[in-house]
Amino acid sequence: MHELSVAQGLLEIIEQEARPYPGARVTQVRLRIGKLSAVVPDALRFAFEAITRGGIAEGASLEIEEVPLRIRCRQCAKEFTVENPFMICPRCEGLDVEMVSGRELEITSMEIEHGD
Amino acid sequence: MEIKLVKDILAANEAIAEQNKALFAEKGVYVVNLMGSPGAGKTTLLERTIEGLKEKRKMAVIEGDIATSRDAERIAAHAIPTVQINTGGECHLDGNMVRGGLEQLNFDGIELLVVENVGNLVCPAEFNIGEDVKVMIASVTEGDDKPLKYPLMFQVSSVLLLNKTDLLPHVDFDLERFRKEALKINPRLEVMPLSCKTGEGLDTWLQWLEERSGSREG
Repeated sequence: MHELSVAQGLLEIIEQEARPYPGARVTQVRLRIGKLSAVVPDALRFAFEAITRGGIAEGASLEIEEVPLRIRCRQCAKEFTVENPFMICPRCEGLDVEMVSGRELEITSMEIEHGD
Repeated sequence: MEIKLVKDILAANEAIAEQNKALFAEKGVYVVNLMGSPGAGKTTLLERTIEGLKEKRKMAVIEGDIATSRDAERIAAHAIPTVQINTGGECHLDGNMVRGGLEQLNFDGIELLVVENVGNLVCPAEFNIGEDVKVMIASVTEGDDKPLKYPLMFQVSSVLLLNKTDLLPHVDFDLERFRKEALKINPRLEVMPLSCKTGEGLDTWLQWLEERSGSREG
């Protein structure tokens, strides 16, 4: 259940970004979460809802985009989307691969409404 | 109004982990982040490691635990400086918790610091603490299907210790399947089967650690 820690990190960023807009409310937050990251979206939503009560992000919806696991083979100079977390080129079966995406835990935007 | 930003949610932890790393480098300490399931044998491995290396390396230990100090008491019995961190329910150690533990640690002459993380195959994998190396320990009683079930832990670790090999005749554990799947997830992983009970295979681990932990200068 480290989703709580992730939610706290997220809330800190949101509060910091919203600071120039006093009285504003955050209504929506967009995230990108890599397939290989160990975060469970539902658990994150639950934690986020719990810790935002009474604050500027109360009731904000979390739009979570799952980022596929992609690897790049240096030999083939090609990128592949893979289902299994294997660092093996699906084409040449070589091991000279690097992860291109799949470990993201990012906030990409937030929607705010100005206060009255 | 939409505010665009691209920020790593764990950036605050990363920043603290980097500060810890700089401190470790300054003090000349080699730091191991030891992770694994509850019951895999983290504390027992640590005891065997202390017994095997304490004449050769000046060691210290940070014990991460959710609530108790049992593990810390076991380690302190070996006359090694030991700091206990209770996470108060959190399932992992993060950079900040380790930084808090470091304030209680006397670094003088310490060459090797082992941080025993909270027993968990998921959460600790996401949080750097400023370590030099991530070492995970699994045991044959947990089953050979763990690499695919917990890929991130296998992905981020540099060393995979497979403990309780003395029990292999009694459990359905396919060592080759386990090794193959772990290496598919992380081809650079160093896999070391061992038994903390019989001592089989421990030398490989001790030698690996001794070689790495002595080369730093404070």
